[in-house]
Amino acid sequence: MSLIELSGIERIFKLGDSEVHALAQLDLAIGAGEYVAVMGQSGSGKSTLLNLLGLLDRPDAGTYRFEGRDVTTLSADEQARVRRERIGFVFQSFHLVPRLTAAENVALPLMLAGIEPAERGRRVDKALQDFGLANRADHRPDQLSGGQRQRVAIARATIMEPAVLLADEPTGNLDRATGEEVIRLLEGLNAGGVTLIMVTHDAALGARAGRRVVMQDGRKVEDGR
Amino acid sequence: MKPADTLRFAMRAATGYPLRTFLMVLAMSIGVAAVVVLTALGDGARRYVVNEFSSLGSNLVIVLPGRSETGGFNPANAVTSTPRDLTVEDGQALTRASAVLRIAPITIGTSEAVFNGKLRDVTIVGTTADYLKLRRMDLAQGRFLPAGEPNAAVAVIGATIQRELFGAGSAIGKVLRIGDRRVRVIGVLGSTGQGLGMNADEVVILPVAVAQAMFDTNTLFRVLVEAKGRALIEQAKGQVADILKVRHDGEEDVTVITQDAVLATFDRILGTLTYGVAGIAAISLAVAGILVMNVMLVAVTQRTGEIGLLKALGAEGAAIRNAFLAEAALLSAAGAVAGYLLGQAGAFALRTAVRVLPAYPPDWAVAAALGTALVTGLLFGVMPANRAARLDPVQALMKH
Ligand SMILES: Nc1ncnc2c1ncn2[C@@H]1O[C@H](COP(=O)(O)OP(=O)(O)OP(=O)(O)O)[C@@H](O)[C@H]1O
Ligand SMILES: [Mg+2]
Repeated sequence: MSLIELSGIERIFKLGDSEVHALAQLDLAIGAGEYVAVMGQSGSGKSTLLNLLGLLDRPDAGTYRFEGRDVTTLSADEQARVRRERIGFVFQSFHLVPRLTAAENVALPLMLAGIEPAERGRRVDKALQDFGLANRADHRPDQLSGGQRQRVAIARATIMEPAVLLADEPTGNLDRATGEEVIRLLEGLNAGGVTLIMVTHDAALGARAGRRVVMQDGRKVEDGR
Repeated sequence: MKPADTLRFAMRAATGYPLRTFLMVLAMSIGVAAVVVLTALGDGARRYVVNEFSSLGSNLVIVLPGRSETGGFNPANAVTSTPRDLTVEDGQALTRASAVLRIAPITIGTSEAVFNGKLRDVTIVGTTADYLKLRRMDLAQGRFLPAGEPNAAVAVIGATIQRELFGAGSAIGKVLRIGDRRVRVIGVLGSTGQGLGMNADEVVILPVAVAQAMFDTNTLFRVLVEAKGRALIEQAKGQVADILKVRHDGEEDVTVITQDAVLATFDRILGTLTYGVAGIAAISLAVAGILVMNVMLVAVTQRTGEIGLLKALGAEGAAIRNAFLAEAALLSAAGAVAGYLLGQAGAFALRTAVRVLPAYPPDWAVAAALGTALVTGLLFGVMPANRAARLDPVQALMKH
């Protein structure tokens, strides 16, 4: 059984009279622990695919089975629960809450899950330690470098120990060296068993992934190891 | 999400945008402060008038010569002409009524008082021994009019008269000339400083018969009647009217009013005024509520990216709605508390500036102001909070 199974997925955006087939006839199966790079030109549907995988968006047709369960028919709150417990997001622009400290940002998913403050503190401390941010716990995002911000974001994405990490161009806002650092971090997590699905424009980065899915006009045109 | 976390999160959000929070708390607090200060003013005026009337004495029934056409209290009664005398004997007869505790007839006029070459215009009150107790007055020196001696040539003088005619020396035992009569001062009233209509410090009190002879009249200005208790006021009023009707050959030619009726009228008018003022002030609270809504809508727009993120992290719609509602509630509560303090400070300033005015905001007004602030804040927070909860996460995440 695959972790993720998409079959016959369609996603159509209507803009006035015209329709955009952001995803079309998409079948995709991803096993637990895989490292998948999603590639393709701008506008080919990579982000749409990732949003769908992360249950932020619903397909217009087709089914999405996550851990064996059809999640397309779940209610919004049920989907929220799956996101909270099984899925981690890493964004190109970090998406940290500016008024909260690094520790508080990392603690957000635990807070949303209703975990006790004491337990929360323990887990956040450990995560910050693991990601080399122990001495940055009380800094706000604007007091952190880009690489540190993305490390905080990754710590936040993994604090709930999700089954899958979805990263949309996680190095897009970082310089080469810092980006490399972040990728190694993500690959380390993947080595620890987390399924990693990463959108990237960078062919070199794509080449490092165990599997490349190439999109074009909403269709999967290449899927290889 | 636990309630405590929701509250803490909302608190951080509120303190994260200090200017916005300050303005909103200010708007809300002005609304609440307006209600508190204006109702303090209105209720203070009401209390002032009620107190003034109460200082006349309690459980009072007042008999006026002449029939009032309207039946109710009418200031014109004070100057009606007298169809039939209201006599001292009429007054005395009222003591027979079971609900009556004591009575005091009153004759009023003005004259000149002379002592040792010093001359002064004075208000003469002709009455009997019970007047002192009935009016709840105190004596500073000496004694009051003796009971059962309506013709004694004695006088009790007000504090101002004592000061101006006798200076530092004691007036007791001195002979005072009033008009063409000589009376011996036997008592000095304690200083009261206030009193509706006439200043009790500037009167000379004489036995009723002496005063009537002085003004060459048989009729009384008023008969003050004190009922035996608050519950007996109406009964006393009825008995007084009946007795006088019999004594006046079946004619109802006097007006009997209760102090309560007069008080109730003022109480009602000024109470209504207070409500009206509170209502007007409450409009500013509604305005503050609309401001809360706008500010929260701006907050939702400003934090769209953050809302998208929270959804991506697995926040349910309710969690986001509660966070924004809690924020609106916190801001309103802060505004309400600040407004309450501001309003109390304003009322205090009022009391300091106008000492005779007991400008305390009534409890109902304070409760209503605080309640309205919280309810409007929450009510107007619902729409923005729902909007936040319904945001599409993908769209929201793109706004960053
Ligand atoms: N909300 C939307 N409304 C209308 N059209 C949309 C919407 N979201 C995406 N699209 C369209 O769907 C297509 C796929 O968009 P998507 O964002 O998935 O591309 P992408 O591969 O992530 O591109 P990029 O590399 O530039 O991020 C594009 O043509 C885009 O214009
Ligand atoms: Mg994209």
